[in-house]
Amino acid sequence: MGIATLEPMPDVEKLKLNRRSSRHLRLFEPGLVKQAILRSIVMLDPRIQARNPVMFLVEGGALLTLMVVIESIATGADLGLILYQIALAFLLVLTVLFANFAEALAEARGKAQAKSLRDTRRLTTASRLGDDGEIELVPSNELKSGDRVIVEAGAIIPADGEIIEGAASVDESAVTGESAPVIREAGGDRSGVTGGTRVLSDRIIIEITAEPGASFLDRMIALVEGARRQKTPNEIALAIILAAFSIVFLIVTASLYPMARFFDVTLDVPTLVALLVCLIPTTIGGLLAAIGIAGMDRALQANLVAKSGKAVEVAGDVDTLLLDKTGTITLGNRRATRFTPMPGVDEHELARLAALASLADLTPEGKSVLELARRDFAVDSNAPDGSQFIEFSAQTRSSGVNLPGGLSIRKGAPDTLAKAALAAGHEIPENYQPIVDAIARDGSTPLAVSRDGQIVGVVTLEDILKPGIQERFLRLKRMGLRVVMVTGDNPLTARSIADRAGVDDFIAQATPEAKLAYIRSEQAGGKLVAMMGDGTNDAPALAQADLGVAMNSGTQAAKEASNMVDLDSDPTKLIEVVEIGKQLLMTRGALTTFSIANDLAKYFAVIPAMFVEFAPLSSLRALDVMGLASRGGHQSAILSAVIFNAVIIPLLIPIAIKGVAYRPVGASALLRRNLLFYGLGGVVAPFLGIKLIDWIVDPILSVLGLA
Amino acid sequence: MDITWIHPFWALLLPVALAIPLGRFMASVLDPPPERAGHGFDRLTHWALHALGRSKPQAMDWKAYGRAFLIFNLTLFVLSFLALEMQTWLPLNPDGKGSLAAHGWKDASGTMHENADTAVIFNTVCSFVTNTNLQHYSGEQHLSYFSQIGVVMWLQFVTPACGLAVMLAVIRGLRGDRNLGDFWHDLVRSLLFVFLPLALVVAILLAASGVPMTFSGAADATSLEGVHAPIARGPVASFVAIKQLGTNGGGFFGPNSTHPFENPTPFSNLVEIVSIILVPMATIFMFGRMIRDAKHARVLFLVMLGMLLLGMFVAIGAELGHGPAVKGVAQGPLLEGKEVRFGPIASATWAAITTATSNGSVYAMLDSFQPYGGLVPMSLMMLNVDYSGVGSGFLNMLMFVIATVFIAGLMVGRTPEYLGRKIEAREVKLAMASLLVHPLLIVTGTALFAATELGSKSVANPGPHGFSEILYEFTSASANNGSGFEGLADNTPAWNIGTGIVLLLGRFPSMILPLAIAGFLAEKKYTPPSLGTLPTDGVTFGATLAGVVLLVGALSFMPAVVMGPVADGLSRQAAPESPIPAQTAEPGSVQSQSKDAH
Repeated sequence: MGIATLEPMPDVEKLKLNRRSSRHLRLFEPGLVKQAILRSIVMLDPRIQARNPVMFLVEGGALLTLMVVIESIATGADLGLILYQIALAFLLVLTVLFANFAEALAEARGKAQAKSLRDTRRLTTASRLGDDGEIELVPSNELKSGDRVIVEAGAIIPADGEIIEGAASVDESAVTGESAPVIREAGGDRSGVTGGTRVLSDRIIIEITAEPGASFLDRMIALVEGARRQKTPNEIALAIILAAFSIVFLIVTASLYPMARFFDVTLDVPTLVALLVCLIPTTIGGLLAAIGIAGMDRALQANLVAKSGKAVEVAGDVDTLLLDKTGTITLGNRRATRFTPMPGVDEHELARLAALASLADLTPEGKSVLELARRDFAVDSNAPDGSQFIEFSAQTRSSGVNLPGGLSIRKGAPDTLAKAALAAGHEIPENYQPIVDAIARDGSTPLAVSRDGQIVGVVTLEDILKPGIQERFLRLKRMGLRVVMVTGDNPLTARSIADRAGVDDFIAQATPEAKLAYIRSEQAGGKLVAMMGDGTNDAPALAQADLGVAMNSGTQAAKEASNMVDLDSDPTKLIEVVEIGKQLLMTRGALTTFSIANDLAKYFAVIPAMFVEFAPLSSLRALDVMGLASRGGHQSAILSAVIFNAVIIPLLIPIAIKGVAYRPVGASALLRRNLLFYGLGGVVAPFLGIKLIDWIVDPILSVLGLA
Repeated sequence: MDITWIHPFWALLLPVALAIPLGRFMASVLDPPPERAGHGFDRLTHWALHALGRSKPQAMDWKAYGRAFLIFNLTLFVLSFLALEMQTWLPLNPDGKGSLAAHGWKDASGTMHENADTAVIFNTVCSFVTNTNLQHYSGEQHLSYFSQIGVVMWLQFVTPACGLAVMLAVIRGLRGDRNLGDFWHDLVRSLLFVFLPLALVVAILLAASGVPMTFSGAADATSLEGVHAPIARGPVASFVAIKQLGTNGGGFFGPNSTHPFENPTPFSNLVEIVSIILVPMATIFMFGRMIRDAKHARVLFLVMLGMLLLGMFVAIGAELGHGPAVKGVAQGPLLEGKEVRFGPIASATWAAITTATSNGSVYAMLDSFQPYGGLVPMSLMMLNVDYSGVGSGFLNMLMFVIATVFIAGLMVGRTPEYLGRKIEAREVKLAMASLLVHPLLIVTGTALFAATELGSKSVANPGPHGFSEILYEFTSASANNGSGFEGLADNTPAWNIGTGIVLLLGRFPSMILPLAIAGFLAEKKYTPPSLGTLPTDGVTFGATLAGVVLLVGALSFMPAVVMGPVADGLSRQAAPESPIPAQTAEPGSVQSQSKDAH
């Protein structure tokens, strides 16, 4: 085995800070800007431009203009004309550069984020477990899928994998930027670990699940790096519209030349090229790629690793959200809030029994029973020596304790204990069932307590809604989404919590099959469904859902079946995912509208200027509503329009990268708002902008005597 | 107040009031539910088709439907060509008219070419098969009664029925039917239940108001000076009825609807103007009924109505003004080129309605309109969505709806969908291709003719006005409208072939492409609307749609329009010393100013 030179152990704290700062990049981070400028020059390569028909046309126009410049020089044309044509050629190249810059900047931002993640992938030494149980030291980049490695406390996890033995607390801050350590353990739904994170305690055995260079992060990095970026379906459709507009304008401008021949007018070719470039949708054409990459960036900023650009797009279309109750809608754990004794039983006695039964129950529910008993009833609950604790099992659906005196105490599901009581020949108190039902109806969980098989009372375990969750659901509703709560609770409890939280529907006593069936029935009705999951048994439902988001802590199967992985393993992330998707689509629509609306003003600038010097059409000067070129001659109007057309691209980069803000106000109001801003604004802005530029350019031209 | 102002109002209110019930009726008879098909009155459809060996309707997808439509049109083309070529030998020719090709043509310099010109037949057949009715001949002089009825009138019945049939198929696709229907059944139903009964009613109303209806040859009249003159007549009432109802517009007489035999009284005028726009309006209500979304259809209807109103009032305003050329010289509106019986308001109203719908029947010389008055008909044809041709107008609007839904849909943060079905790359590609054709034909055609002697030698006026004449001709051809700006010597082989090709390309792609889109959409999953879905039934959507139509129209045609009517208008304002507005090609020859005849 050849030992590669190993890099020093990465400083975890530094990685965490790196990750944090990459999530909060400034828009024009100087380092990234420099990188983007260099890249935008490289991107002038026509082979790269050919991917974007609109900008390719601009580049072609620039080339044609340059050829005309050479011809003008060769034929000894007027100096003023030559300078004008050179200025046009320069501006056209600048337009292409600005568009390149937008794409390169978005790409650089994505790469910066990807880099902070990739930095966690340092070469480390891994202890590989051979089949014979022997440990072999190998560099981490030689690990293959299926290899098993041992990771001790303090060591870095060498690659993505799944814990197959042991449990550990893991510091994932290098990946997520969050400091709090998390528990990862074998066998459950929290067995997934990420390469580059650090084991803080204990010792675990991990089975590697990713081939070198094919982890989720590697895929994400590929998505933001332009070369391998694939256009999403919606991007393709929009590109077709932009190409169609470009063709129309190409025909319109090209036919102006022969049309003008009717008036015995010979139009200047560079001016026609200038008109064409002003008309074709260069603004959106230049920003389209940046918008798509920025959408991925925003997902990554939210610690969401998307497997494809399409996944982000689909998120905007989701109609139905399947949310787990626990952790999303309610605080993780239910808490005991009340003891209801049966007739003839003292409340204090019930509290004592319940506390005894819960002594060995380390679940949060168990602890909360103990806590309530100690706090409200001052129960001194220490188990007598020789107590035998019965653990919860799925068969008995109860747990408890057998005291040395022969007394047995159980707590568990009301129906199970009732059955056991009947089987043991005890009577069920008359008010037992009504009490149990009442508790369930309120959305709480009833927990029965029995003494020697005789039912003595019921403990109320209450679900606590997360603060602010109702407002979030209201927001989702206004977005047109249906929220469905998924819970293992019985239907009565589920309904009550659903009502309190304000969700539209719920799946009670949810099994993986029930979830899958629900998703299928929603899809049959034409809805797009999103869900989040972590367990292996969630995998079929995650795969069936239109948008499946797996928690990073989840099993490999769940991650494979989903379209996105949430590095934070935060169940409320689904809501953010939808907003990121909608923002991406809206930004595309808004800038397209703006770009096309701009054209009206450009016509009013260029057309009169183009014809004004020719007698039969000179009356068209009256169309110059902006009063352009009052001193420097008609060329100022044309140059101003082209300058506006170029400059608007970098000016809109902030909108392209940050995205148009989404507001959950309903589609109609949203459309009105965006139309007003980007449609009407798009009509008005260039009138002002071109006038302003002309106000500067016009005097310069007149001073230069080019009029 | 001038009572003539009432005209534009009843010209719109009456057809709207009639179109609503007619649309309902059409939806129920043209798209009967399976259990009603072939029963009751619909048995007529089956009997008619039984004769053709096709009484059972077949399920057609978009390809089969499109194929049937194209085969039928090809057959029409060949048969009509033969009939016009050989009309001498065909019956119903009391005045012994020769082949349409035998009349020769005058070139730009006025030299008469006596040799046969088949191009005029090509042009005429293209024109009638495409529901356009651009006429480079003069009906009463050149066509026998057989040609008028067997070719022209027959095509005036079946071509709008074809348009309606394709529209029915597209609507079925939009509402999700995989089976788009049977073309032959749709065609026969449209003829039997819509066009024949309506034409019968209108013909009777017209005949009652004095329009001739006879198979006798031209009447011989002796004038007061003792001069014998033949007065052309014929089966005019039935002809005019379908000419107006089917967005056809080709006149029985050269002067079209200005001719007293085509339009003798205010009552006949009312009947005709209602007939022009009635069926195109009704199809929109039929659409709403068929997709069970009356609100969405109403939005489309109102967008169209709004644009029509705008056009009408700009045109009326322009024609009522004195015009810059005669400022301070003349009083009252300019009447040159207008039928004095109708006056400027009615003339401008008619001009707007006849170009908004792809009818194209004329009753004033547009060449003599004020520049901005003449701009309105041109613009309405450039948009080509304002009710427009039966079926085809809706299909054009549908393409704009898809473009609008795509961009507006993105702006509400969803991938775009229309009537619950996703609009994706394939649909966008087809819709944009369909939208591209119209500007492509107009702009390149105009450029070719304007730059060469083909066009520059055939115009009657120099400068922008002459340019407008060329631009108008291509616009009218591409929009399948058929009205003429006049002032253009367009009965030459170059014009006949050039516009003939434009006519065909203006018609068939814009029928087949929407059919394909409907076929693809029908196969997609339906998503019920939610709060997050772009609503297509509100004011916001209507305004967006109108904005897209106007903006795309403006962007595509502004340079051409600017060089034509706009420069024309501006230069007259700039030079008020030239008192003559524009000369018509053949001044004073009201008799021979046809829809587009020379």
